[in-house]
Amino acid sequence: MKKSDPREFLLQGNEALVEGALIAGCRFFAGYPITPATEISEAMSAKLPLVDGTFIQMEDEIASMGAIIGASLAGVKSMTATSGPGFSLMQENLGFACMAEVPCVVVDVMRGGPSTGIPTYPSQGDVMQARWGTHGDHPIIVLAPSTIKECFDLTVKAFNLSEKFRTPVILLFDEVVGHMREKITLPRPEEVEVIDRIRPTVPPEWYIPYEDTPHGVPPMASFGSGYRFHVTGLTHDIRGFPTLRPDEVGPFMDRIHRKITQGLPEIQMAEFFHVEDADVAVIAYGSVARTARRAVIDARERGVKAGLLKLMTLWPFMRAAIEKVIQRATTLIVPELNMGQISREVKRVIEGRAQVNTLNRVDGLTITPQQILKKIREVS
Amino acid sequence: MPEVTQLIYKYLRHDKKFPHVWCPGCGTGIVLGALIRAIDRTGYEKDDIVLVSGIGCSGRMPVYVDFNTLHTTHGRALTFATGIKLANPNLTVIVIMGDGDAMAIGGNHFIHAARRNIDLTAIIINNSIYGMTGGQYSPTTPYGMSATTAPYVHIEQEFKISELAVTAGAVFVGRGTVYHAKLLDSLIQKAILKKGFGVVEVISHCHVQYGKQNRLGSAVDMMKRQRDNAVPVQQAKRMKPEELEGKIVTGVLTDKELPIYQDEYNKVRERAKERAASAT
Repeated sequence: MKKSDPREFLLQGNEALVEGALIAGCRFFAGYPITPATEISEAMSAKLPLVDGTFIQMEDEIASMGAIIGASLAGVKSMTATSGPGFSLMQENLGFACMAEVPCVVVDVMRGGPSTGIPTYPSQGDVMQARWGTHGDHPIIVLAPSTIKECFDLTVKAFNLSEKFRTPVILLFDEVVGHMREKITLPRPEEVEVIDRIRPTVPPEWYIPYEDTPHGVPPMASFGSGYRFHVTGLTHDIRGFPTLRPDEVGPFMDRIHRKITQGLPEIQMAEFFHVEDADVAVIAYGSVARTARRAVIDARERGVKAGLLKLMTLWPFMRAAIEKVIQRATTLIVPELNMGQISREVKRVIEGRAQVNTLNRVDGLTITPQQILKKIREVS
Repeated sequence: MPEVTQLIYKYLRHDKKFPHVWCPGCGTGIVLGALIRAIDRTGYEKDDIVLVSGIGCSGRMPVYVDFNTLHTTHGRALTFATGIKLANPNLTVIVIMGDGDAMAIGGNHFIHAARRNIDLTAIIINNSIYGMTGGQYSPTTPYGMSATTAPYVHIEQEFKISELAVTAGAVFVGRGTVYHAKLLDSLIQKAILKKGFGVVEVISHCHVQYGKQNRLGSAVDMMKRQRDNAVPVQQAKRMKPEELEGKIVTGVLTDKELPIYQDEYNKVRERAKERAASAT
């Protein structure tokens, strides 16, 4: 009998995420039980103590979000995981993390909504909440895996981006991705690129905590490291103190958006599948990208030149990838487990240069390859 | 150099523009003074202190002092503090809140922080009103008083902060007033030095909002009332409940020992590692 690879596992998405988080250096997790994200809390409670990390089950999701921001300010990479109702509760403190530029990772395993909705069935209904859930203009990075390997890889990436750009990063899973099992070969820790936040090298008395830099990301000191500074959710000047001066507020708001737009080549990830000669292109993400891939293969077998753009970064929205697709394709199909959230963005970006067809499902079931194939044949 | 000058020089931020945001006569500055004196007496380094606040008049306190300072969202200061303390247990984490902050929007976090017994110090300035937003009733506004949102008088019963803290499991609970400044210094010092979740409730006055709406006079008048109504806890034990009506029981209400969260979590780590070792 062939001896199996000790790094080969049959994992569900939620478990692969935990492996990714630990390899990326996550050492603090605060959460509150909620279906279909609970496995993440359970795995973290078992594994974090082994690596001298800390797990705590807080009194609610508001507290969980506050705790991970606090841990990150003390210099420890941190994460929380939830589903729609809990994600709603996290929004205020998520905005604080954007404003105070505190790296952290927030997982939302999406379930049917609105409200308590269908806790055990898949949905992609939180795409817009992930972008605009917290109040005020703010930058945000949102990643969406569709395979178990991507659950691992994008979790590592989420931590890396969050550290590099000093921003919260949201991982949007749908219930299928969270609970589905696939074989995965976990890399060795030394094979994984791990990025840590840049810390100040100047003496404490020279440290200006919110100073602009060429990348727009100021070095971040940890509480207790000898750099005493102020952190607030109020709009602040470069020293971190509250300000009302338009000549300080404006540049601050510009900088926190600029740091993300400057980093787009690193942040935005997509996969192109038979797009180069496609007349009809499907744009999908999460579990729906898997069914879309099957539909594209089936369509090609039937002589239809179909292709797939799989979005792994949902926000900032990937204008460049869409532009590439419509260089050839004149017809687009955007299948989603919601009533049309990414399709609105696609329409906004292409400004009528291609025909956009939506395919939406919100009845708790996933979109099948047959449904997408039928749509491809209808529109081609 | 007089002590106060030394303390100002050592603990206030020189690069932060004063004056502060508090109204003339406000009690919050007295609490800040007591906090600085208490910290100075503990001998802790400034680098090791984290001062965390929520939103409201009390929320502005951290910005003026030269510690690691964090001004969080409304009611959530204890949750951020929990993360800081667990991520770096070497830090001394002090949380300053107001009555609306800690008892209304943050009430749930407060009782759970007390129950967990994480080594934090919570100072709650209780002035019976939402001051910063202009005098709306809070969870500690007494029955029958007036507020901008209770123009026909307030009909709810008030939370007793210290008694709630005792019931929720806090290992140290003290109550003082801004009139009794020396008592306040010592209560805060004890709470900081206490291992586990320590609470200091500070009875303060908001003469600008609460005082004005209820015709309680100036800041000085309101502080005199604190002086006249205060009953030390030892004396209160000998008094009947009806005699204590309207009084402020001051001093150390609880000082007990319970397992501390961080110590217990270290045991969790050991158990996890033992189990992993025995499984292989």
